[in-house]
Amino acid sequence: MFILKNAVAASALALAVAMPGAANAQEPLDAEVIHWWTSGGESAAIGVFADAYNAQGGNWQDSAVAGGSAARSAAINRIIGGDPSTAALFNTSQQYHEIVEEGLLNDIDAVAMANNWDEILPAPIVDAVKIDGKYYAAPVNIHMPLWIWYSVDALNQAGIENPPETVDAFFAALDKLKEAGITPLALGGQRWQENSLFSAVLTNVGGGALWEAVYADKDEDAIHSPEFREVIETFIALKPYVDSASPGRNWNDTTAMLINDRAGFQVMGDWAKGEFKQAGEEIGVDYGCIPGLRPDSPYVLGGDVFVFPKTDDAEQIDAQRLLVEVMTDPETQVAFNNLKGSIPIRSDVDVSKLDACAQLGLEIMSDPSRQSPDASQMMAEYIYGSVQDVVTELWNTDMSVDEAVKRFDQALNG
Amino acid sequence: MNAAAFTRHIRRNLLAYIALLPMAIVVVFAYLGTMLWSVRLSFSSSRLLPKDDFVGFAQYTRLFETSRWVTSLENLAIIAFFFLLICFVLGTLLAIFIDQNVRAESLFRTVFLYPYAMSFVVAGLIWQWILNPDLGIQATMRDLGFPDFVLDWTVNPDKVLYAIILATVWHGSGLVMALILAGLRGIDSQIWSATRIDGIPSWRVYLSIVLPMLRPMIITSLVLLSISIVKMYDVVVAMTNGGPGTASEVPAKFIMDNLFERANIGLATAASTVLLITVLLIMVPVLYSQYFGKNGRAS
Repeated sequence: MFILKNAVAASALALAVAMPGAANAQEPLDAEVIHWWTSGGESAAIGVFADAYNAQGGNWQDSAVAGGSAARSAAINRIIGGDPSTAALFNTSQQYHEIVEEGLLNDIDAVAMANNWDEILPAPIVDAVKIDGKYYAAPVNIHMPLWIWYSVDALNQAGIENPPETVDAFFAALDKLKEAGITPLALGGQRWQENSLFSAVLTNVGGGALWEAVYADKDEDAIHSPEFREVIETFIALKPYVDSASPGRNWNDTTAMLINDRAGFQVMGDWAKGEFKQAGEEIGVDYGCIPGLRPDSPYVLGGDVFVFPKTDDAEQIDAQRLLVEVMTDPETQVAFNNLKGSIPIRSDVDVSKLDACAQLGLEIMSDPSRQSPDASQMMAEYIYGSVQDVVTELWNTDMSVDEAVKRFDQALNG
Repeated sequence: MNAAAFTRHIRRNLLAYIALLPMAIVVVFAYLGTMLWSVRLSFSSSRLLPKDDFVGFAQYTRLFETSRWVTSLENLAIIAFFFLLICFVLGTLLAIFIDQNVRAESLFRTVFLYPYAMSFVVAGLIWQWILNPDLGIQATMRDLGFPDFVLDWTVNPDKVLYAIILATVWHGSGLVMALILAGLRGIDSQIWSATRIDGIPSWRVYLSIVLPMLRPMIITSLVLLSISIVKMYDVVVAMTNGGPGTASEVPAKFIMDNLFERANIGLATAASTVLLITVLLIMVPVLYSQYFGKNGRAS
């Protein structure tokens, strides 16, 4: 029985390898994919993958679970329970490293090598997914979580001619907006949004080197340096520019303040574009994007990946390979990322179909010295969680700079 | 009981034991087993996946060095005190009020008990909207011509616990009322006749005679309320999500966050063990005096 099964599997593999185009003639390759992309724009985006996979002769079985952590738990539980899905959406945080170490994933080196991923993917992305020299995840998009968005109308009303390009100009603009009676800085007072704002201050005031020294190296000297103190002071200085109804506000309600021209700026990931687009706003006319407030501001690379649970079933392995091929295909990448708001993982794509902000992002990212990993990739979840606790306390209490430095040190090195 | 008698006893009750076996297995494995396993995990270095190593009390040390956990415990203590006190007093007064043979009694009963039928998530959301400065009472009052009116409980770190207590009291008072009312209805009317002959004022009768007779009801309602406080999670998530900052964090939320979002099983199980011990410390004496004490039923 085993021999027979293996023989069938082997011949199926041989067929698939020998005649990739002949997949249509075979039984469609079933692929069950667990993901958490359930909002309007997101489900349209994953639809691109499903259609592309089905067009290659596959049979995409959608398994959406609302909420990122719930979906990841579901995927892990299925793996441990012995009934894994073909693929699952994931993040390249510490959790990913742990499941690779536990041997729960298939590597996808075959496809990665054939497509020369080492060359075409940006270095931080390669670092994020590659473990012990092997690719265990297929990156599908690059999100920059720290864009500064502005409302063109609000800035005009406050008499600001050019969107700020330095930190000083940014504060000057905030003051003008305040005088004009417009909420200068739109912030949703939730832990992760406060943390995004802090990250933006750290990258723009402290710079890319400090960003990585504090978060990746957890360097004591960097944490106690005057530069990091300045970051904390600047963060505190932003408090008066936020409206009193901020605590608990969702990010999309916060973006709506810019759409309605009730607020000037918001720090948010490029997924905010979806909200502007849905409201019928146009880049340059109604809203704009600022990638950073210094000429060498780091372009922080976040993003989503798909992982492929361990299986010996040859048909499933074929399905996993086909999924990787389809998801990273240049044309699929452009179509998918336009809907998702992110930028493609590879630079050899047709940029003319991307919007202005995405093109700007790709241009900045082409300079490797400005590429920086996302905070979540530089430390384990539990450390990052403690850091976020410090940030949110710093924002919501009268914590002194000394105390804040001490708390950051504790969270990062405790 | 000698060996023969024991065998006879077993044989006679064999069917009963067989019938009880599934229940016993469920209790041992599903309840006690999981509880012991999570206590075991709290002594390991588990992060995303359970590990078999042993790190002593390292997780507990880390836990009590985490300012968010300490804040959570303080918040829980404050909420517990005011919630129990207000809920109990309000619920008892409502029950006494309804017990005065008021008109439309069933209407009042339904109205007061209704919040309890709602899930905490719904109750939390309703109060979040009512107290939201942009949408709720504050906005309404300002629109009505009181521009300086301030009711910013949910967004003010110093007052956010009031908001949580308000919502939970609104939710829980009805339960106390229902339990105490059931007790009041069980009081012999001859007691009331006797006290009236003696000319004792009603408040004194309630305080010195009726309430002591309602001890089982009171203990039951306090136990139910205490449990709902310790596991309080959904109402906080719905109302404030622990914010502003960490001003309204509670232990259950700390556990959930560390268990799922932060992939930190060791710390989460250490926290839940601390919570379990706290609950046992409070509940065991209460339950003991209830069931085995001098005035208890089992005596």
